Amino acid sequence: MTELNILEAIRSAMDEEMERDVNVMLLGEDVGRKGGVFGATEGLFAKYGEKRVLDTPLTEAMIAGAAAGAAIYGLRPIAEMQFADFSYPAFNQIVSEISRMRYRSNGTFGLPMVIRMPYGGGVHGALYHSQSNETYFTSTVGLKVVAPGTPADAKGLLKAAIRDPDPVMFFEHKKTYRLFKADVPDGDHLVPIGKADIARPGKDLSIFCYGYMRFCALEAAETLAREDGLEAEVVDLRTLRPLDTAAVLASVARTGKALVVHEANRFGGFGAEVAAFIAEEGFEHLDGPVTRLAGPEVPGVPFAHSLEDWFMLNPAKIVEAARKLAAY
Amino acid sequence: MATTRQAGALGHRELGLSDDDVLAMHRCMLLSRAVDERMWLMQRAGKIAFIISGQGHEGAQVGITWPMRKHHDWLAPYYRSIASVLTFGMTAEDIVSAHLAKGDDVSSGGRQMPGHYGGKPYNIVSLSSPVGTQVLHAVGLAMGAWVRGDDMVAMTSFGEGTSSQGEIHEAMNFAGVHNLPVIFVCENNGYAISVPLAEQVGGLSVAIRAQGYGFPGVTVDGTDPLACYAAAKEAHDRARRGEGPTLIEATVVRLTSHSSDDDQRRYRDPAEVDALKEHDPIPLFANRLRDAGLLTDALEEQLRTEIKAEINEASRRAEARPDPDPATAERYVYADEAP
Repeated sequence: MTELNILEAIRSAMDEEMERDVNVMLLGEDVGRKGGVFGATEGLFAKYGEKRVLDTPLTEAMIAGAAAGAAIYGLRPIAEMQFADFSYPAFNQIVSEISRMRYRSNGTFGLPMVIRMPYGGGVHGALYHSQSNETYFTSTVGLKVVAPGTPADAKGLLKAAIRDPDPVMFFEHKKTYRLFKADVPDGDHLVPIGKADIARPGKDLSIFCYGYMRFCALEAAETLAREDGLEAEVVDLRTLRPLDTAAVLASVARTGKALVVHEANRFGGFGAEVAAFIAEEGFEHLDGPVTRLAGPEVPGVPFAHSLEDWFMLNPAKIVEAARKLAAY
Repeated sequence: MATTRQAGALGHRELGLSDDDVLAMHRCMLLSRAVDERMWLMQRAGKIAFIISGQGHEGAQVGITWPMRKHHDWLAPYYRSIASVLTFGMTAEDIVSAHLAKGDDVSSGGRQMPGHYGGKPYNIVSLSSPVGTQVLHAVGLAMGAWVRGDDMVAMTSFGEGTSSQGEIHEAMNFAGVHNLPVIFVCENNGYAISVPLAEQVGGLSVAIRAQGYGFPGVTVDGTDPLACYAAAKEAHDRARRGEGPTLIEATVVRLTSHSSDDDQRRYRDPAEVDALKEHDPIPLFANRLRDAGLLTDALEEQLRTEIKAEINEASRRAEARPDPDPATAERYVYADEAP
């Protein structure tokens, strides 16, 4: 075991995969000499050279589209969008091309590629450096969408994503990058895409979460246990598409109550899919309304400290929502 | 850096082409036209839902694609690229099967509209409908070869209407930065559906834009397959020498309406439409071959008979292929769902 933070875990995953497979390459804005604006690719330019760790112009559509072309050629590109907020120029490539290349070619062209995107608020990034826009991609058939919440998962899932034969959108909550260190297994550590993780077992209610919300939900569960005697089960979904429906259903069967938590806004958000699934498939297990706790219905995270604090979900808000649901 | 080539005397041997080569080019143009015309007939007969034609573009497509190495280089074509994909290895039966949306059509297994060419066995990238996206795929293929140090050239084609898309700028800029082995082909037929060049292209030249990206832009007479070949051969050689991209703008005529859902007489002067036939690359090239003593009436007749038989056979075989089974419609969303 080695203690790493999430940023180090991500870097280590890319380093190991680049070392293992000469076809793995990185491209993105400032990923080379600078090592990325968050430092995720630090040291890789010196180790693998300027072609395999490629600084691109400010062209998100090109980053995604050229990665797709390179994947057709047989490479395994890891494309970095500097911020998830800046991925929209690449949206046409991701949605029209990358997600459906396999389907539209009747299975003949697959795109083994990863698009890494720092997302989420809480770092004073305001409207355009804080978005949680995963729903655009979770609703796109043909993509896989991953959002880890621990260093071990970040490393294992990224390595699995790089080896995956299909395009994977890899969401990295930027507030978690240096939030904490935790053990990461040594050796070739892989975490399968499509499997949720019971971060904390419980019997009174289920909290479904991902990314930074795992950290917040675990703190909330601690408070609920200490102050209320409530045993909340924290289920870290880890992969949003394909959703681990078996794990979701099994948890609801154990607890009878479901709270879905995400930082993205509520309306039509990913929680709506989880909630609808539970309502359809787990109705007989429920003894309370499936509940969503989500970011507010404003277009983005506002900048001022007071406004950002108002926007962000945190353990206290999860505790409050969980208490209300538990009391139902 | 933008230069202009004029159609001239045959001069094919100076370009390294044999008599057989130029006759094969002529045959490929004839085949493309004949397949294209057959698709329109089948559309009018109700067998095909939609056609988007390459008629008038054959000289440019055959000439420009000719230097490309089959099963080695890569092509990211567009929806008018019927002659390009035929030159690069696809067969008449492939084209007819795709138009009939047959279950084993090499492009998409009947999933995409006609004109959405692609084929893994031919190194032809699957094409979508939002215009210009394929140009970035070609750049990515070229980037892949550059990263690996491979001797591979990617070619991509698009219309002058598409040249306005932002992705074209991103693609050309990036290719220029790294001198990637890619050939950009703009087939300029003067109309983006109904909107003429003057309302689409500031400065009226796409080729000249290459100067801003640091690589050559060449305008060629797209009705002259040999001028097109010469430009493409030079571009291909340049790319292989590591000297980077070339933008070729081939001026062509669109002999048909934009598609089977369009009527160009609603927005083009009928006299202008009638005059297009004078720029049809097929009789123009045939006349030059005759003048050079390479094509005789007997040979022309033989070619047409052969091609007619080839298309009849291709159509018969394509029509006999199975339609896609709805039970397969959920396949190939992800790799692990492959049967």
